[in-house]
Amino acid sequence: MKNNEISTLNAAPTVRQEPLEQQYIDLYKEQRESIKKHSSAVMNTSRDESFARFEALGFPTSALENYKYTDLRETLSVDYGLNINRISVPINPYEVFKCDVPGIHSYLYFVVNDAFYPVNDPVHNKLPEGVIIGSVKDLAASHPELLRDYFGKLSTAKNDGLVAFNGAFAQDGFFMYVPKNVVMDRPVQLVNIMRSDVDTMANSHNLIIIEEGSKAQLLVCDHTVDEVRFLSNRVTEVFVGENATYEHYKLENVHTKTTNLSTLLIDQRKSSNVLANVITLHNGITRNTIEIDLDGEGCDTLLCGMVIADKKQEVDNFTSIIHNKPNCNSRELFKYVLDDMSKGGFTGKLLVAKDAQKTAAFQTNRNILLSKTAKMRTKPQLEIWADDVKCSHGATIGSLDESAKFYMQSRGISEKEARLLLMFAFTNDVIENIRIPALQDRMKLLVEKRLRGELSKCEGCVICQ
Amino acid sequence: MLEIKNLHANINGKEILKGLDLVVRPGEIHAIMGPNGAGKSTLASVLTGNQAFEVTHGDITFYGKNLLELSPEDRSREGIFLSFQYPVEIPGVSMVNFLRAALNEHRKYKNLEPLSATDFLRVMREKKALVEMDNKLANRAVNEGFSGGEKKRNEIFQMAMLEPRLAILDETDSGLDIDALRIVANGVNKLKSPDNASIVITHYQRLLDYIIPDFVHVLYDGRIVKSGGKELALELEERGYDWIKKEVEETV
Repeated sequence: MKNNEISTLNAAPTVRQEPLEQQYIDLYKEQRESIKKHSSAVMNTSRDESFARFEALGFPTSALENYKYTDLRETLSVDYGLNINRISVPINPYEVFKCDVPGIHSYLYFVVNDAFYPVNDPVHNKLPEGVIIGSVKDLAASHPELLRDYFGKLSTAKNDGLVAFNGAFAQDGFFMYVPKNVVMDRPVQLVNIMRSDVDTMANSHNLIIIEEGSKAQLLVCDHTVDEVRFLSNRVTEVFVGENATYEHYKLENVHTKTTNLSTLLIDQRKSSNVLANVITLHNGITRNTIEIDLDGEGCDTLLCGMVIADKKQEVDNFTSIIHNKPNCNSRELFKYVLDDMSKGGFTGKLLVAKDAQKTAAFQTNRNILLSKTAKMRTKPQLEIWADDVKCSHGATIGSLDESAKFYMQSRGISEKEARLLLMFAFTNDVIENIRIPALQDRMKLLVEKRLRGELSKCEGCVICQ
Repeated sequence: MLEIKNLHANINGKEILKGLDLVVRPGEIHAIMGPNGAGKSTLASVLTGNQAFEVTHGDITFYGKNLLELSPEDRSREGIFLSFQYPVEIPGVSMVNFLRAALNEHRKYKNLEPLSATDFLRVMREKKALVEMDNKLANRAVNEGFSGGEKKRNEIFQMAMLEPRLAILDETDSGLDIDALRIVANGVNKLKSPDNASIVITHYQRLLDYIIPDFVHVLYDGRIVKSGGKELALELEERGYDWIKKEVEETV
């Protein structure tokens, strides 16, 4: 047999290695009924269609224009387990999780791996009248009329292998419904916790509906509690109605063996106002796809993000803002601080349709490289078909301002402290765009700790040392 | 307090200072004048430890310590202050955080406890009044969007906060209108004491109407070629630098 093995190796060019996708394709075909049984009818409607799309597209590779800066080959070759039969995970997040944002007073919910954890918080009973928050799977079964018109409407048709994969395998997720003219009195917090003894993949699909004239804030936190490898592939669809205001904060603080793939799809109706702010404090490999469609006149959109990365961390933010209607404003601001061997990617796609006159769209991406081995790749991508618009973009990659550093040193501030103040100042305008005061205060502290190297790993984790 | 002996310094391999000597004692005000390119700002940069300049020869001692061995921050903590010719804008760093960090580092160096928030704000208020600094400026980011005059005033404000033993004013008068000049000079004069000293680097005699120097030095081609009292400044204003250049060339 030994000889055989060698000859096989020598003949490598003719040996066809099984594609990464094959095991998942086989798994779906074998488990199709179980997957459906442990989900709900609304979620199953487009499941086969999504699977067919995934079969055709496969996982994205960096050969694709939209995935140029994301390399998933290594992380996808890990043999992750999927919890298709919904075996309950031994953890009570309400006991384990201590929120790192004191004073936020949120409505608090958990998704453990890929399953919505039963609500166990008395505050939940104080939700404003008509607001529904819970498991997508359960609510799709009990309130199909509420979800049917929305679920998958932004995601199913996407030409994206990760979104298609999610459509095939996601069985649950977080659901939030805020009816017409309701102002949420406190932020809603969704904590994704990854807990497992073996390498695990989680696919969850969140759905958020903010009806006409309502206001809501959602803070999504990503955490890992075990030392195994995790891959999460999450899709979130958000529908923001006329004159509604929605704020979406995403705070990632996970260990270096985690791959977070997240797709946020937002549809904005007339005169709605959206703020999305995605912050990566600590991670392994992260890919955020954020697509915002402005489908009504007079929309206002602010999309911000910040990345602090070192070691071999990788973060790619792919953003797309599409102005379909006239008189909308969008602003985009992303800042990266990259050290060691870390890699950053940013794409700022902006499309202004022919009819979207009087569009004002401004995009800024600024990056600081602290080491010679850190890498940043940035790409503004503007497509403007209307002729009466104000659009601008700017991308810079540089190092810390030496003259500013010397100026501070000449006032007695140590070099280390001067660097820190400069980095903190650099990221500050993204933090200023957090409209939950308790969260903003906490972020300032966490960012400072992170820049000082005191937050080099998430709580209770030994992997990242 | 300060003794400079035979100082030679380069930038990018080009020698700018070519054997400069200077002694400054407590309570004195020295004016350094000279034509463009003589090395005036280089002297200020070398004294504060700017890495862009390389000292190739000579000594600088400050109260007996070898200044050239100290980092820029330690020089500041020892009591050397430079009012920059071109103050740097630092977006995102508030004046308050910047000054509190600086002041507390100075205190730590002297083994003093950090100032409480209340005490710090009180000190800030007092010093602001000294240079007639607008409250609005103190609440902004360091120098960001400040006019030329505001930046210079901010330098004197920082000087007032840090109470240096030796202040170096590098072209503090450039870009100032006459009112701003008066305010800046007033600030400097009010901070004067028998224990501290100043080196005023300037192109024009104008500032020296307000800040009266004890000594005036002419810096030319990297060396001090002539020293005198305050009347030398008036003579330079009247006759320019050509006669000095001629004198130097004749000696050579």
